[in-house]
Amino acid sequence: MKLSYYPGCTVHSTAIEYSRSIDAVSQALGIELREIEDWNCCGAAAAHSIHRDLGLALPARNIAQAQNQAEMSRDLVTSCPGCFNALKRADYALKKDEDARREIEEIADFHYSGEINIRSLIEILTNDIAAETLRGKVKKPLEKLKLVCYYGCALVRPHAVTGLENPENPMMMDTLMELMGADVRDWSYKTDCCGADLALTHADLVTTIVGRLADHAREAGADAFVTSCGLCQANLDMRQSGPDPLPVFYFTELMGTAMDLPGRDGWWRKHIINPMSLLSGLGYA
Amino acid sequence: MDYQLSNCAIKSAPDFSNEIIGETGVRVDRCYQCMTCTLGCPVAEAMDYPPNQVMRLIDLGAREVLLGSKTIWMCVSCENCFARCPNEIDTGAVMDYLREEATAAGVKVPEERIQLLHRLFAENIRAFGKVHEATMLMNYKLKSRDFFSDMGLGLKLFLKGKIPLFPAKIAGLDKVKKIFGKTYDKKFGDKS
Repeated sequence: MKLSYYPGCTVHSTAIEYSRSIDAVSQALGIELREIEDWNCCGAAAAHSIHRDLGLALPARNIAQAQNQAEMSRDLVTSCPGCFNALKRADYALKKDEDARREIEEIADFHYSGEINIRSLIEILTNDIAAETLRGKVKKPLEKLKLVCYYGCALVRPHAVTGLENPENPMMMDTLMELMGADVRDWSYKTDCCGADLALTHADLVTTIVGRLADHAREAGADAFVTSCGLCQANLDMRQSGPDPLPVFYFTELMGTAMDLPGRDGWWRKHIINPMSLLSGLGYA
Repeated sequence: MDYQLSNCAIKSAPDFSNEIIGETGVRVDRCYQCMTCTLGCPVAEAMDYPPNQVMRLIDLGAREVLLGSKTIWMCVSCENCFARCPNEIDTGAVMDYLREEATAAGVKVPEERIQLLHRLFAENIRAFGKVHEATMLMNYKLKSRDFFSDMGLGLKLFLKGKIPLFPAKIAGLDKVKKIFGKTYDKKFGDKS
């Protein structure tokens, strides 16, 4: 399977272990992720928070880049929920609102063809790869690993824009983790917000929000979080207080662990909360 | 006419509700104060007016109060309010509009650091096309004069190789700059 890929800015920085585990897992599953040429930042939370059209035109330029590379897949995949959300918001405005389309086309200087499907990697791994294929790749079922799946906001909301399953109770990550054999715990805080970029300006508030999430995760019996979002991972990994913080995994890291893929030590070294004692205690290091 | 709120006198902008409906397409006039938005808001505790009161203030025409509020900057656009609103009011989109208007009006923002962070993040995209954390964070530290918070965390991230030192510019940077010119610069002019 060949797909066009929009990696987003954090792949070379704060989410480098996400990027490396994505490479390992996609290679093992025969998925070729081809980066679109000369992409720009999607604008993240900042662009739309300061100017609404800036928040639509920056991702629109990436849609234009994908359109221009006609030899590549029309499925444009991103692993970052923030980028997914920004690209989807732009695509939604371009598709549904004639006036907005004309305006964004003028600002970003392109003609929207509507041929690019913005997709998230987690949805592709859940829907486009057969469960049997995934199960067949598992060498070390993670049956002793008790997890809560944390989806955060950007992947699922607003529902009309993202178009992904039930925004109150998404199941994609739960399904993938269960296929990897993990002991996935049910909890009610899957899509609560982590505090996002308030971590930089209001660290105490984010510490409180993250602390509540960790309490609820423990209440559900989990030993770790699993997420698909770089900002959720960073906030949970950096802002948990107390003596025994819960490790915070990317879902692709745990898929790579269950599939016994190489290079995992390098991923764990990038974490702030060291997951090694949990993993080696369970025999998954 | 002017209304009196318990903690502030407000100037009435009678068309405020229609202005918002016209500019955002969000039917704020459908709010019947069920408070579901506020109950699900992760940052309501840190706001001066929780989301349901924002809807009421719009109804009252309290434009100046809202443009000068903490609330519009504390909102992280998580969209839980919109997901759960029985009247499908996209409060997040309203917040985006109010932030943009507050910036354009050059009002004194009570949450200056949040506005500064958004601006510096955007300026970083204008400079490189992609975000370069090291320069963005350094600018934020200098301009917010918040020199010492999180220095330990920053150092840890740097030592783990998660904050690259050197920025790289994209080839199509001129297109990105043009996008800024037609949006941000056009609206904010010298206020930016």
